[in-house]
Amino acid sequence: MGSTPNRYKSGVMPYAQMGYWDPDYDPKETDVIAVFRISPQDGVDPIEAAAAVAGESSTATWTVVWTDRLTACDAYRAKAFRVVPVPGAPGQYFSYIAYDIDLFEEGSIANLTASIIGNVFGFKPLKALRLEDMRIPVAYLKTFQGPPTGIVVERERLDKFGRPLLGATTKPKLGLSSKNYGRVVYEALKGGLDFVKDDENINSQPFMHWRDRFLYCMEAVNKASAATGEVKGHYLNVTAATMEDMYERADFAKQLGSCIVMIDLVIGYTAIQSMAKWARRNDMILHLHRAGHGTYTRQKAHGVSFRVIAKWMRMAGVDHIHAGTVVGKLEGDPNVIKGIYSICRDSFTKQNLEHGVFFDQDWAGLRKLMPVASGGIHAGQMHQLITYLGEDVVLQFGGGTIGHPDGIQAGATANRVALEVMIKARNEGRDIWNEGPQILAEAAKWCSPLRAALDTWKDVTFNYQSTDTADFVPTPTMAEA
Amino acid sequence: MRITQGTFSFLPDLTDTEVSAQIDYALAQGWAIGVEYTDDPHPRNCYWEMWGNPMFDLRDAAGAMTEVHACRKAHPHTYIRVNAFDATRGFETTRLSFIVNRPATEPGFLLKRHEVGGRQIQYTIESYAAQAPEGRRYE
Repeated sequence: MGSTPNRYKSGVMPYAQMGYWDPDYDPKETDVIAVFRISPQDGVDPIEAAAAVAGESSTATWTVVWTDRLTACDAYRAKAFRVVPVPGAPGQYFSYIAYDIDLFEEGSIANLTASIIGNVFGFKPLKALRLEDMRIPVAYLKTFQGPPTGIVVERERLDKFGRPLLGATTKPKLGLSSKNYGRVVYEALKGGLDFVKDDENINSQPFMHWRDRFLYCMEAVNKASAATGEVKGHYLNVTAATMEDMYERADFAKQLGSCIVMIDLVIGYTAIQSMAKWARRNDMILHLHRAGHGTYTRQKAHGVSFRVIAKWMRMAGVDHIHAGTVVGKLEGDPNVIKGIYSICRDSFTKQNLEHGVFFDQDWAGLRKLMPVASGGIHAGQMHQLITYLGEDVVLQFGGGTIGHPDGIQAGATANRVALEVMIKARNEGRDIWNEGPQILAEAAKWCSPLRAALDTWKDVTFNYQSTDTADFVPTPTMAEA
Repeated sequence: MRITQGTFSFLPDLTDTEVSAQIDYALAQGWAIGVEYTDDPHPRNCYWEMWGNPMFDLRDAAGAMTEVHACRKAHPHTYIRVNAFDATRGFETTRLSFIVNRPATEPGFLLKRHEVGGRQIQYTIESYAAQAPEGRRYE
């Protein structure tokens, strides 16, 4: 159909007839494949809607243009090749679309996303559109740097093996002076945490300018390191208004001997890739806080799923990414979180529809991205956290450290003891899912900070239904607690 | 002070039965056990002395415990750790590392502050014990 003269008659023609729908298309190894959840407007044929998505995310405009004929236009057209109803969701369809690799600039998340989530998300014939997952071909992956450090090298640099890393975000998020802020960092690190973290909105405000914070935090980090004999770190947030400002802050962090800096997702894909390259050049671990993602990842009908964001961030090149806790205060269905964690940590991610993973993904040697679990978690949930999230994860207990009744050091110690005792029990072959509370209670007999933590937070859970769940399970699951 | 490097340093010192259980776990994962010791526990001293090569062909925790005991006997006043190495593609690194022997007293570290311009301080961590010559640090 694409080559007949009628195809190029001036006027408007259904997208499906313009070459954007090809049910016989067999995707090439080198194709980028996207699966979208489409909700066509009433009366719009789902296949035409899928073809329209393919068209609008590749070469099409609303009307026929003769200038297509100056190009090998078939190759540049994305092809919708499969449209299936979403189980249990009337009016929604999964639409699989293949894109030739030459549609994209090498090593550029900005270019990839300008096509895939560009104009198409505002397209009127659709009520809603959600990018569920993508298969990135090895040939394209190899044009990305990936995480500057990765899980393996991060652990070797920190000399920390066999257990999740422990962190906390300094609280209150806003208002502390630099000197008071550094106090929290020192207490938490000396008490047993590996990392403390700036929050996403700590940049350089009137109550605390960035240079002052960096100076006090590095005093805290080094003092805690000397007190424990361990490598310690504080994620210095270098997020700022311009790249020049961010480079200046990151360079200062490096000059002060910090092993890690952080950025926020809201700085944008290009800035993230620039910082990834800076981090690789400067032997720095790069932490990413996913500030802002909930605006487009949480609702199932419209936006971009977080598993896609995680994939893009592994390609763009960050070392840490907040990826959900299952049991904490923030959104996170256990199955969906498992899928996201596998995208971060696997060498080869297997398709797993129950976890929301639509494709096999060969990571082609791209380094592994350490997921970070934070938000409303505490020592009493340690057995659940380890069961759900495994070992290669940073567990961040902000309130669960700083809010401890006996002080910040005690809070940190409670978390570290709970963690070590649970890993030890797991390795000994004990059933930590069922025996977890008992294992913690036994340790609390000799560790009074842990006892106080368990007493304080024993009844705290956040059992709300998740909104972002996998579609291939009969009912949405709820975090067990 | 108590140096808290290693996977289990916040717990009471592991008994031999507990050490053996962790080695069993590591062997069950297909990891190779190595024993290392040092009298220079600086946090960035990543190369402790190897008590022989990692035991790639060993499948029995008792064999590894024999090496732990022999190392303790030869170097009773040093830090000794058990490492487990994973040769699986994508890891190829240490997967577990925990201390199984420490000196009777641990004097800890001095934080040296070298004040430079603009309120900046360059920090150096020095082990008090490592100020004595090698081999005489924890006598």
